Amino acid sequence: MSRPQTTTKTETRARRIASVLMRNRVFRSIFRHGFADTNRNRSLSVFSNILLHIHPVKVNVRAIRFTRTFYLGGMASATFGILIVTGIFLMFYYHPSVPRAYEDMKDLEFVVYMGLFLRNLHRWGAHAMVALVLLHMVRVFFAGAYRPPREFNWVIGVLLLLVTILLSYTGYLLPWDQLAYWGVTVGTNMADSMPWIGQHIKFLLLGGREVNENALLRFYVLHCVVLPFVAVLLLSIHIWRVRKDGGVYLGEAGDTAQEPDFGLEGHADTAPPPAGAAWKNSETDA
Amino acid sequence: MSQQPPRFVLEGGENAKQTPVRLVVVQGDRRPPVDAADEPEVMSMPHLFLREGIVLVSISLVLVLLAIFVDAPLEEIANPQKTPNPAKAPWYFLGLQELLHYYPPIFSGVLLPGLVVLSLVVIPYFNVNLKREAFWRTDTQRKMAWLWGVVAVLSGLFLFTGAHPVWPIVVPLWLVALLMTLPALVHRESGWIHWLGNRSLAFWIFLWFLLASTALTVIGTLFRGPGWQYTLPWRDGIF
Repeated sequence: MSRPQTTTKTETRARRIASVLMRNRVFRSIFRHGFADTNRNRSLSVFSNILLHIHPVKVNVRAIRFTRTFYLGGMASATFGILIVTGIFLMFYYHPSVPRAYEDMKDLEFVVYMGLFLRNLHRWGAHAMVALVLLHMVRVFFAGAYRPPREFNWVIGVLLLLVTILLSYTGYLLPWDQLAYWGVTVGTNMADSMPWIGQHIKFLLLGGREVNENALLRFYVLHCVVLPFVAVLLLSIHIWRVRKDGGVYLGEAGDTAQEPDFGLEGHADTAPPPAGAAWKNSETDA
Repeated sequence: MSQQPPRFVLEGGENAKQTPVRLVVVQGDRRPPVDAADEPEVMSMPHLFLREGIVLVSISLVLVLLAIFVDAPLEEIANPQKTPNPAKAPWYFLGLQELLHYYPPIFSGVLLPGLVVLSLVVIPYFNVNLKREAFWRTDTQRKMAWLWGVVAVLSGLFLFTGAHPVWPIVVPLWLVALLMTLPALVHRESGWIHWLGNRSLAFWIFLWFLLASTALTVIGTLFRGPGWQYTLPWRDGIF
């Protein structure tokens, strides 16, 4: 981007403010670069930031067009962020016990300031996230982006879909109303039909033979601790792998893919050592 | 005095400062980022992050508006003695619950979803049609016989083995098979029929799966009432 040759008064003031804010020891101890106005600083702002560094420094122009991805993965991640924030607020008002859980729902509706809004946002966000993740998967499939070299990231994506559904499903029980209780009962009864292990899995999940207070506590812990942890971990790998696998899949001319590259030939780990090579441990073989 | 060529030694050691460390290996390795086409690129900061910010703000706005105007459902307190009719799972499981109407739980609740997840995982490792070749590119006659043979077997399977004929699976199957056949009968050099003719087998199978699961989910969510009988959403409401 070319710099304007003439500087206006506002711009000069903005530069002075930026200079005061950014050219001091405290700022530079946190961010080791100046304002992202040069390509060098723009690069540094990506790879010196733990949150941004899972992105590439440069992206293909076609990769960031709306019509390429419809930003479905981005929207699903954003929704996950909203769910974490609203979920933490909801945890302040919620007790995973019977009948307190249901009373807390009533409190959220009638007592807590903006409690109903908080619960609505969490609920609709959860439905939106499941739908967005499903749509994202469909988009990726039809684009053919699941093929090598992105095959492992597709598998991570399938796991993320399962985790998303489990997150939504475990959260479904927490209000402890008729909808929650019977929705979860229908689901867990399906586990029953699994030969040999079905009964045991159901018992493990519910902490009993029926959906009861133990089940509520287990679903609560899974919903608020275990599954979000797994989701954050998998999501980090998923986004990082997009960069590592060469960015958003952009397709090939004529829509028929070229010969897939499995990356097995000439790979550093699998290639035989050059002739005459020998392993040597410089510490022991000195 | 003839000098021997230096012996190439691969060194390994725990002290990284003492052992010479190879900084870079340059070889004919084809890694995805290296293969990047010579196309215009922009800096992620600000072009990508700005778009991510817009996505975050937009989706937040939509959800906030939804949360302001539509309240989350809350029924009476859970009562194990009082089973609602019908008792429905969350919407994303209603496709499976609808399938429960046709097949025993071992099939519709365990085997089928397990198979779906497994096939999703192995899709990219499954070497058949990795290149996504256009289905009709070669061997048209033999493929036509196979296609309709498989469709006939699957139709028979889904129409006669369940407690009821599984129309939500069979109708999408026929639809997909007809769309598949069309480009083989009507040859076009461009347009949508030509586009259909260039689709791969993987595309068609996924399309069938997608249409069938959507049909099952929509029926389970909107069109099933008390006793899992057919109903209309404006007559009995959405469960």
